[in-house]
Amino acid sequence: MASVAASAAKPRPGRPALPPEELVAVPVRHWGRWISAVAAVAALAGLIGSLAKNANLRWDIVGDYLFADLIFDGLQTTLWLTAASMAIGLGVGTLIAVMRLSDNPVLYGIATLFVWVFRGTPLLVQIIFWGYAGALYKELLIGIPFTDVTFIRADTNDLLTPAVAALLALGLNEAAYASEIVRAGIQSVDPGQTEAAHSLGMRPALTMRRIVLPQAMRVIIPPMGNETINMLKMTALVSVIAAHDLMSNIQDVYASNYQVIPMLMVASIWYLALVTLLSIPQAWLERHYGRGTGHHRRSPLARMFAGASLRLRTTRKKGER
Amino acid sequence: MTAPMVHAQGVRKNFGRLEVLQGIDLTVERGQVCCLLGPSGSGKSTLLRCINHLEKIDGGRLAVDGDLVGYRQHGGKLYELREREVAARRRDIGMVFQRFNLFPHMTALENVMEAPVRVARAGKAEARARAQELLDRVGLGDRAGHYPAQLSGGQQQRVAIARALAMEPKLMLFDEPTSALDPELVGDVLDVMRQLAADGMTMVVVTHEIGFAREVGDTAVFMDEGVVVEAGDPRQVLVEPRQERTRAFLSKVL
Repeated sequence: MASVAASAAKPRPGRPALPPEELVAVPVRHWGRWISAVAAVAALAGLIGSLAKNANLRWDIVGDYLFADLIFDGLQTTLWLTAASMAIGLGVGTLIAVMRLSDNPVLYGIATLFVWVFRGTPLLVQIIFWGYAGALYKELLIGIPFTDVTFIRADTNDLLTPAVAALLALGLNEAAYASEIVRAGIQSVDPGQTEAAHSLGMRPALTMRRIVLPQAMRVIIPPMGNETINMLKMTALVSVIAAHDLMSNIQDVYASNYQVIPMLMVASIWYLALVTLLSIPQAWLERHYGRGTGHHRRSPLARMFAGASLRLRTTRKKGER
Repeated sequence: MTAPMVHAQGVRKNFGRLEVLQGIDLTVERGQVCCLLGPSGSGKSTLLRCINHLEKIDGGRLAVDGDLVGYRQHGGKLYELREREVAARRRDIGMVFQRFNLFPHMTALENVMEAPVRVARAGKAEARARAQELLDRVGLGDRAGHYPAQLSGGQQQRVAIARALAMEPKLMLFDEPTSALDPELVGDVLDVMRQLAADGMTMVVVTHEIGFAREVGDTAVFMDEGVVVEAGDPRQVLVEPRQERTRAFLSKVL
């Protein structure tokens, strides 16, 4: 210590000694950051410029079809298919998760088998399978097994329309993934929470609903947001069974006018727009279930602008120098 | 003659091969404060957790207020109770944990209100007033709207005591309630417990606070390696112990 203090106090040869209060601290200059940022922006500008000027991209066709009725019909199907599949996925997934955590070895085995099958086979195969299930079972019966008593009899092809097949395929596949996310969420909650609830006389089901699941949600929501975004795009796969989602309708169009690239641009613009919108409710949910943890106290919008203004301020400071 | 509040006879508990309770006898009369002491691994916390059936006993007989814990005797057999029945009996036994275990997604007031509203089916307004009263009693009336993460350890533990009292238990179990606290916060929690004892609550306290045990305890029980080594008046057990093991333990902690 003593030697440091002594050397700091000693003026360098050839320079006048400054009083300590007039010394200015200079942060490290990151010249490399500036150079790489300029290079990256230039490359991006070049790419966007070349895309905008490329006549093969046919922006006029993109504009014609961006708000076409056919596209809106497809969007509607895509949206309800996403919402309904996620609802099935989360509902069945939670059930499977609870079964996998249960002490009952049969329930555990069935749940594990379910996850193994639906996570272990390609989604495309599952969609086609449900779409052509009519070939496997000509008609569906609900009755008492091993007797002639039947309550309901239906033709499989009437029941399994492309929309229903798509919903089953996406929903059950999602359930397999969601169950693992929910299970991880439930297991992330401290066992002491369950003990505290039990010691107050709360029964297991009430403990799960009031104490464990609300805390698990904090861990469950970010990956489920991811799954929802994934689902929105995966609905495009159901075009293989002609379920009339956004992608099916886009394919119908370019099959007749051969404008593949412009039509795919239309699809991409809409998928991007929907994904952007989906991130808003996710932020709200994260804030709701994050209460009591000290994080996420401000609204997502406020957080976004606070971050932006902070960034602006620091850049301006750098610029001022 | 009424049954003692806690009555254990030859209670045994194994974790796999390890026998953590090797035939414990313990009696806690109504209104008494019983302090369980002993080195870590002596089985004192396990015994406490057996009293409200967070752990199942493997042998012997354990009763709270005359009712067997976790079982019903019918003829010559013991029938294990269903979860619903176990939960109903736990309502009368409050428990305070070493690590507080407050519900982090609820405010202090909501923590205290939860069981009266959801388990005892009390009206919300009534439960809220009663919860506020309990928080006042532990000196935290002005912290009702705070989440656990915004409270100090000592404050969290006092909320946890209020939460346990909200079900109006006839017996309170404390599992090392001050072990996770900074030294300067221990006093506030012990004050609340002292007041509770003075109000006539029956309490079983696992603790390392020798001073508290000597001052507040009606009985002190010293355990080691799954057996009760010595039990009796804390002023005798903790001041002039008869057993060598008790003496060795006390010389280390005092």
